[in-house]
Amino acid sequence: MNAVAEIAGIVLGGLAAGTVLFIVSVGLSVTMGLMGFVNLAHGAFAMFGGYIIVLTMNRAQYGFPAALALGFFGTAALSVVLERFLYRRLYRAGELDQVLFTIGLIFIFIAGTTIVVGSEAQSLQLPPSLSGQLNLGIVHYRTYSIFLIVIGFLIALGIWLTFERTRIGGQIRATVDNRRMAESLGINVDRLFTITFAFGSGMAAIGGGLGAEFLGLDPQYPLAYLVYFLIAVSVGGLGSVIGVYYAALILGVLNFVLTLYMPKGGTIFIYALTILILLARPRGLSGGKEQ
Amino acid sequence: MSKRMTAAFAALVISAGVAGAPGAASAQGVKIGLILPYTGPGAELSPQMDKAIDLYQKLNAAQIKPYKLTIIKRDSKAPNGVAAKIDTQELLTQEKVDVIAGYIYSPDAIASAPVVTAGKRLAVIMNAGTAFITNLSPLYVRTSFTLWQSSYVMGEEAAKYLHAKTAVVAYTDYPPGKDALNAFKYAFEHNGGKVIDAIPAGGPEATPDFTPFFQRAKNEHPDVLFVFVPAGDQATAVVKTYAALGMKAAGTKLIGTGDIVPDNMLQGMGDNAVGLITVHHYNADLDNPQNKAFVAAWKKAYGADSTPDFTSVGAWDGIAAIVHALHATKGKIDDGAAAVKSLEGWKFASPQGPIEIDPQTRDIVMNEYLDQVYKGSDGKLHEKVLATFHNVKDQCKALAIGPCAPKK
Repeated sequence: MNAVAEIAGIVLGGLAAGTVLFIVSVGLSVTMGLMGFVNLAHGAFAMFGGYIIVLTMNRAQYGFPAALALGFFGTAALSVVLERFLYRRLYRAGELDQVLFTIGLIFIFIAGTTIVVGSEAQSLQLPPSLSGQLNLGIVHYRTYSIFLIVIGFLIALGIWLTFERTRIGGQIRATVDNRRMAESLGINVDRLFTITFAFGSGMAAIGGGLGAEFLGLDPQYPLAYLVYFLIAVSVGGLGSVIGVYYAALILGVLNFVLTLYMPKGGTIFIYALTILILLARPRGLSGGKEQ
Repeated sequence: MSKRMTAAFAALVISAGVAGAPGAASAQGVKIGLILPYTGPGAELSPQMDKAIDLYQKLNAAQIKPYKLTIIKRDSKAPNGVAAKIDTQELLTQEKVDVIAGYIYSPDAIASAPVVTAGKRLAVIMNAGTAFITNLSPLYVRTSFTLWQSSYVMGEEAAKYLHAKTAVVAYTDYPPGKDALNAFKYAFEHNGGKVIDAIPAGGPEATPDFTPFFQRAKNEHPDVLFVFVPAGDQATAVVKTYAALGMKAAGTKLIGTGDIVPDNMLQGMGDNAVGLITVHHYNADLDNPQNKAFVAAWKKAYGADSTPDFTSVGAWDGIAAIVHALHATKGKIDDGAAAVKSLEGWKFASPQGPIEIDPQTRDIVMNEYLDQVYKGSDGKLHEKVLATFHNVKDQCKALAIGPCAPKK
């Protein structure tokens, strides 16, 4: 009985952490797959949205759902502005230029947040219905983790259905597979990218807010977790929602288990495993044949 | 014309330079170089100390006369000692300060020790709490605390007061964390307890997700979970994760040094903090005349919602020490050896209670309090003192353990 509870605690804790990673990373995967744009500043959007969510709750007393909505749309709006005026100029530029630009953007976000809000970490005050423990029959576990796992599954399912069953999803898949062909078929790729970029940034914002309970939220956020976002995306496969979902969950559980059993430096195995997976499947878990 | 003006200006600069040189401290001005993290993870602790230093000067203007303190601030940034060492060097060689003060994080004081020794100026440690630091330079005097003082008492009381038999220790993996672990383990196991696991839980640079660390502790079912983290953001995360994992219901009590319930973060922790038992040398609710006056003056100056905490008191006592040394050396505080000598055995009525600088170790001797958090009738969280331990010395040096043993 105790062993079951312990294993359940480890698996649920890992899945919850992985879910956060998925929600933040999924937008990055799609936009990178779609435009081949290396947006390292994706985490900065997650932080920006996280701050909106946490601050509107803590200082303006907004409810949790309202704050999440505000974070999503506020960040999506900001990302559209940046996409139109800055990102768009670098679509045809080399990858190094894109990396330099987005890294610079990260530093601007870090400094801006420090000046406007301050360097201290912001903590998420959960509504009472989400704090405390939930009885799952065999085990009691923290309600919020269960909530996250369920939400993450619903989001993954929703995005997957959109990709597979809707017109815009079809357009995105077509563009990821072959951009020039898609353009010549009359798909407005620029508009498509603006929409997915805004949606991806909005999802990152939700992830930043929901994940503040685990990842914390301070100005260093976009740099601190950049490596994890990139691992989830590259292991999952560019442009693949399901691939990133699996990769994020595996990463979350693995990280949790390694931290638990080897608190000092256990996470090095994650990097080793990432290298091995990418050696065997350079296009990620879901990536099929080479182009 | 312009040449003559340049020459006149140069002469002015040179004369000003001579007047500001060391040795001229017997004149009115005294330069204090203050090294604190104004950016980075410790950035929210610095204002707590700055405010205490400002308040001391405001309230004790008469005692400071005829001297005039000039505080020159430098940012120690990340808690790894790199920037602090450069700061120390620049303050000593370029600003030519008479005294160095500050150091929130232990690595800052550890890295700066050789520079302080070479600079031959008194350096007052206002926060860093790793026990062996004062052995690293004969010019270090500490007005804050050591982790051995609080953790040792907590180890004894975990066995005696809480009747715990088993403990798991989770600590931030850097020098003061290791001190907290060793001190707690030593005292707890000498009183019949057993530390069944010690979990290094991340570093001081960033707040980790405590869930896996605490999940591991929970699975081991100890009577108590003793935690040390540097006060600040990590404290809130500790209390939150402990509550979220339902460890209380599972029969494990969270205990620690006062770093897990710092006064200025206490209200933000909410009901999760109620009932927590810690050992520390200060809390803002301490009932003594100095503290009543200190807290009242603080709230008057900085607002009713603002609260001093132990870092503020370390800075307050540190400035008081510098002012004492200033008078005792008749203004020749830039003679580091004489300034240190004047502080050996110095006694002071601090807001934390009576303190003294141990003449052998240059470390603080003070009271430790066994505290419990409770919710007052005003709806706010407070701490009550369950027991007081008088004149606690740093046990690491008293027992000559590891790097605390005097060099042969």
